[in-house]
Amino acid sequence: MRIDDSVRQEILGAVPGLRAFAISLCGNVDRADDLVQEALLRALANIHSFQPGTNMSAWLFTILRNHFRSEYRKRRREVEDADGHYAESLTSHPEQHGQLELTEFREALGKLPEEQREALILVGASGFSYEEAADICGCAIGTVKSRVNRARTRLAELMSIQGVDDFGPDHETRAVLIGSRRG
Amino acid sequence: MNTGKPMAHTAKAQSPDEGDKQKSPKASRLDRNTRAKLGQQLRAVYDEVVSEGVPSRFTELLNGLNNEGKQNAH
Repeated sequence: MRIDDSVRQEILGAVPGLRAFAISLCGNVDRADDLVQEALLRALANIHSFQPGTNMSAWLFTILRNHFRSEYRKRRREVEDADGHYAESLTSHPEQHGQLELTEFREALGKLPEEQREALILVGASGFSYEEAADICGCAIGTVKSRVNRARTRLAELMSIQGVDDFGPDHETRAVLIGSRRG
Repeated sequence: MNTGKPMAHTAKAQSPDEGDKQKSPKASRLDRNTRAKLGQQLRAVYDEVVSEGVPSRFTELLNGLNNEGKQNAH
C-alpha cells in the first residue's frame, strides 16, 4: 500500500489528538494506543474513500469512534469486573507534573456517561465545531450541545464547585496549567 | 488541531436543544468563570497526552507502509 507524503503527514498530525480522544474513550493508555493503531489501519485500508481537501482529523476521529463502539466497548465489558474500574484506570495515566487537580478532574471525567464525555472532549478539547462533533458522533447538533451542557453541569457537581473561589488550583498553578497547554 | 476556540463561545448557544427537553436549570447556573475553569482543566488533561507527540509505533506504521510501497514499485 502506498500513500502520499502529504496524506501521511496529515494522518500523523492527527495522531496526538486521536490518542487523547482514545484514552478518554477507553480509560487506559495501552488499550487506547491499540485502538488508535486499529483505527489507523482501517483508515489506511479505506484511504480511497477519503476526499482530499476535507477534514482528515474529523475523518479519523469518526473511524476511531465507530471502531470503539463496534469492537472495543464490547471487549471492555468483558474485561471490566466492577463499577469504577474506568475512573481508576484513567487516573493510572502517569502523572507528569504532579497535578493533583488534574487527577481529580480526570476522575470526574471518568464518571460522566460516555456520550457526554465524548461530546465534551470533541468540542471542548479537540477543537471540533458542534457540527463536526455531530458528524463524528452520528447525531444532531442540538444533541451534541445538550450533551456538552449536561457534561459541564455534572462535572461541576462532581467536583463540588459552589463558586469560582472553591475551584481548583491557585493562581500560580493555574498560570502553569494555562502555560502548559500552549507548549 | 486544537483551534483554541474559546469555551465562552458556547454561552451563546441558547437555542432549544434536542434531547434535553427539561432544559436543566443547573446548566444555566454555571457561570462563565466556572465554564472557563472546567475548559482549562479539560484541555490540560487532553493536552498532557497531545504533548507526548506521536509514539514511534505510529510513525513506524505509516513509514513502513510507504517503504513497502516503494519496494514493490521498484
